[in-house]
Amino acid sequence: MADMLRWIGQAVIYAGMALWLGHFANRPVYTHLPPEQALIKLSVVHGAQRKGECRKRTQEELDAMNPNMRTPYDCPRERLPIAIQVLLDGEVIYDRSIIAAGLARGGSTRAYERFAVASGRHELVARMVDSARTEGYDFERAATIELSPGENFVIDFRAESGGFLFNGKSVTYTPQG
Amino acid sequence: MSFVKRVLRMAFSWLEAGLDRIFTPACNPLYHLGALGFLYYWVVAATGIYLFIFFDTGITEAYGSIDSITYEQWYLGGVMRSLHRYASDGMVAIMMVHMLREFSLDRYRGARWFTWFTGLPVLWMVFAAGISGYWMVWDMLAQYIAIATTEWLDWLPIVGGTIARNFLNPARLDDRFFTLMVFMHIFVPLFLLFVLWIHLQRLTRPVINPPRLLAGGTLLMLLVLSVVKPAESQPPANLDLVPSQIGLDWFYLPAYPLMDMLGNGMVWGLVAFGTLLFVVLPWLPPLRRAAEKAAVVDLANCNGCTRCAEDCPYAAIEMGRRTDGRPFDRQAVVSTDLCVACGICVGSCPTAMPFRRASELIPGIDLPETPIRELRDRVHEAAEGLAGDTRIMVFGCAHGYDASALAGPGVAALRIPCIGMLPPAFIDYVLSRHLAEGVVLAGCSEGECHNRHGVRWTVDRLARARDPMLRKRVPRERIETVWAPLAEGWTHRRRIADFAARLRRLAAEEAAGGPGKAAE
Ligand code: HEM
Ligand code: SF4
Ligand code: SF4
Repeated sequence: MADMLRWIGQAVIYAGMALWLGHFANRPVYTHLPPEQALIKLSVVHGAQRKGECRKRTQEELDAMNPNMRTPYDCPRERLPIAIQVLLDGEVIYDRSIIAAGLARGGSTRAYERFAVASGRHELVARMVDSARTEGYDFERAATIELSPGENFVIDFRAESGGFLFNGKSVTYTPQG
Repeated sequence: MSFVKRVLRMAFSWLEAGLDRIFTPACNPLYHLGALGFLYYWVVAATGIYLFIFFDTGITEAYGSIDSITYEQWYLGGVMRSLHRYASDGMVAIMMVHMLREFSLDRYRGARWFTWFTGLPVLWMVFAAGISGYWMVWDMLAQYIAIATTEWLDWLPIVGGTIARNFLNPARLDDRFFTLMVFMHIFVPLFLLFVLWIHLQRLTRPVINPPRLLAGGTLLMLLVLSVVKPAESQPPANLDLVPSQIGLDWFYLPAYPLMDMLGNGMVWGLVAFGTLLFVVLPWLPPLRRAAEKAAVVDLANCNGCTRCAEDCPYAAIEMGRRTDGRPFDRQAVVSTDLCVACGICVGSCPTAMPFRRASELIPGIDLPETPIRELRDRVHEAAEGLAGDTRIMVFGCAHGYDASALAGPGVAALRIPCIGMLPPAFIDYVLSRHLAEGVVLAGCSEGECHNRHGVRWTVDRLARARDPMLRKRVPRERIETVWAPLAEGWTHRRRIADFAARLRRLAAEEAAGGPGKAAE
C-alpha cells in the first residue's frame, strides 16, 4: 500500500514536471507588437562629410613621408555629425544629431530606431543633413505609405542610391527635389 | 541575504522531506540535481547529433529541413526534436533549482567558492546554447530572437552597432551571423562539457549519474511529453513582417520581453549586475567563520594509511612523500585552500582513538577548532550530567536539526561539524565505558549530506563496510541513527523516545535472560 502510494506520488511529480516543461516551452504567448500595429524601423549607416576640406600635399611634404604613406591629399579624419529627422503624419517622431563612431570621430554614423505605429495610411518623411549646411537637407524622401498590421517597414539609407530607401509592402513614393 | 537564504533553506527542506517519502532518500531528485543536469545534457547531446544529420545549415533551407524532420519523420525525427527541446528546458529548470539549493545550503563560500564560481560560465553557456538553438529554426521566433539579440548587442558601443542590419528586411538578409549561430550551437555545448568537468574538479566522487530509477523516470517523462506535445516551429521567418504574438520559451528567453520593457541598456545593466553579484557572493559577509580552519596533520601520529584522502569529499588531502623519516611510504598533506573543515578525515583516521591516554589523544589529522581530544572531554562532561538507566548520548551534525535542542532528562547532546567526523571508536568508547546506555547519531538526510559524504561514510563504517569499521563487540542495538532533512527535526524527539523505550526493554531482557537475547 505504501509502495503503491509512492508510485502514484512519483507519477504525480513527473507529470508536474512534464506540465511545467511542456507549458512554459512556448506559453504564455508574448505580445511583442499589438496585432493591429505595424513597425517602422529606421536604420542608417552613413559616413558624413569630413569636418575640414582636403588639402593637396606639396611635393616636399610627400618626399618627407614614408613611400607607402604617400597619398596626395591630407584629409582631416573627423566627420561632421549627422542630423536625422523622421516625420509621421506631419509630426516629428525622431529628431537627432548623431556623432560619428570611432575615437577620432572618423567612422560612419549609425542610427537605429523602432517606432510602433497604428496600421493604415500615413505620410512619412525622412530627412538628413550630413554636411555643414544650415538650411535645407542633403537628403529627403517623403511618401504616403499604407501599413498593414504586423508589417515591418524599413527606412534604410544608401547614399549611392540617392539617400533614404523606403522598404515596405505598399509604398508610394513621392520623389522630391 | 541571510534571511533569503534561511527562507530558501527551510523551503527546500520541506520539499526534501516530502520527496524523501515519495522517492525514498536514495532516489530523491533534490539530492541529485547535478546528476540530473548531466542526464538532461546527454539527452540533448544525443538527440542533437541526430537532428544535425538532417539539418540544412543555410538560412533559407533551415526551416524546411526542420519541418521535414518534424512531420515526415515524426515517429523518430519529430520525437528527437521534442526530446531535444524539452531536455534543454529541463536542463535550465534543473540548473536553476540546483543553483538556488547550493546557495541555500551555504555551499558557495569559503573553500567551496570554486565550484560556485565555475557554475557561472556553465550558466551562461547553457543560455547561449539554448538561444542559438532557437535561432537555427529560422521561424518567426528565431526572427524575433535574431533581431532582439542583435539590437541588444548593437547597444554596446564596442560592437559597432550594425549587426541588426543583417536582419533589417529581406533585401538586407545576410546569413553570416546565422552561420555563426549554427557554429555556436555546436561548439558551446561541447565546450560546456569541458567546463562542467572543471566544475567538478574540487569534489571527490561527484555523482554525475542519477540512480537508475530516477533516470528511467525522467527519460520516460520526457518521452511521454514529446509524444503528447511534439515540438513544432512557428511560421517561417519573414522579414517583411514583425513577429507580433510569439510563443516564447520562458526557460531560455525570459530576458527578451525585458528588453522591450526596460530597454537594452537596462538589460545589459541587469546582466552585468547579476554576474557581478554572482561572482562576489562567496566573499560577501558573513565571511567564512573562524571554525572553518583547515584540518592539520600530525606526522607523529600519521601512518600514511590513505583513509583520510579516500574519505575527504573535497579533494583536500593528497598523500605525499614522507618527510619525517619514519618508516612509512607516505603522509597526508592537506591543501588548506580546499579544506572546508568538515572533519570527515578525522572520523576516518585510525589514530583518532578515544581509548588512548589523554596526553596521547592527538590523531594523525584533526580540526584545530574542534579537536578530537576536546570532543572526548565533552563526552565525559556530558556523561556526568546524565542520570537514569537509559542514558542516551546524541551526536548531531551542525547542519541538520540542532541536536542541542534534544537534550533533556537522560539525554545529552553534542554537536559536531559533521557526523562523519565521529570515529566509530567513539561509540565503542561511550558504550564500553558505560558513559551511556545508547548512542544516537543524527545528521542530514540519508540521501544527502551537507558535506557530501559524511552520512554515507558513517553508514558504511557502522555496517563494517568501510574503514575504520565499528568494532564487532559493539552492540548494534544500542546505536540509533536518525537521518532527516532539517524540516523533519520533530521526528528526532520521537525517535529518541522510541529508542529509550527499546533500551529499557533491552535492560529488562538482559536482567531476565542475560545478555545476548537482546538482539531478537
Ligand atoms: C547544467 C548545469 C550543471 C550541472 C550539470 C552541474 C552538476 C553538478 C554536479 C554533478 C555536482 C556535484 C554534486 C555532488 O556529487 O555532490 C555539482 C555541485 C555543485 N554545483 Fe553544479 N552543475 C551545474 C550548474 C551549476 C550552476 C549554474 C551553479 C551555480 C552556482 C552550480 C553550483 C554548484 C555548487 C556550488 C556545487 C558544490 C556543492 C558542494 O560543495 O557540495 N552548478 N554540480
Ligand atoms: S576537514 Fe578533512 S575531510 Fe573535510 S574537507 Fe578538510 S581535509 Fe577534507
Ligand atoms: S587517516 Fe590518519 S593515519 Fe591515515 S593517512 Fe590520514 S592522517 Fe594519516
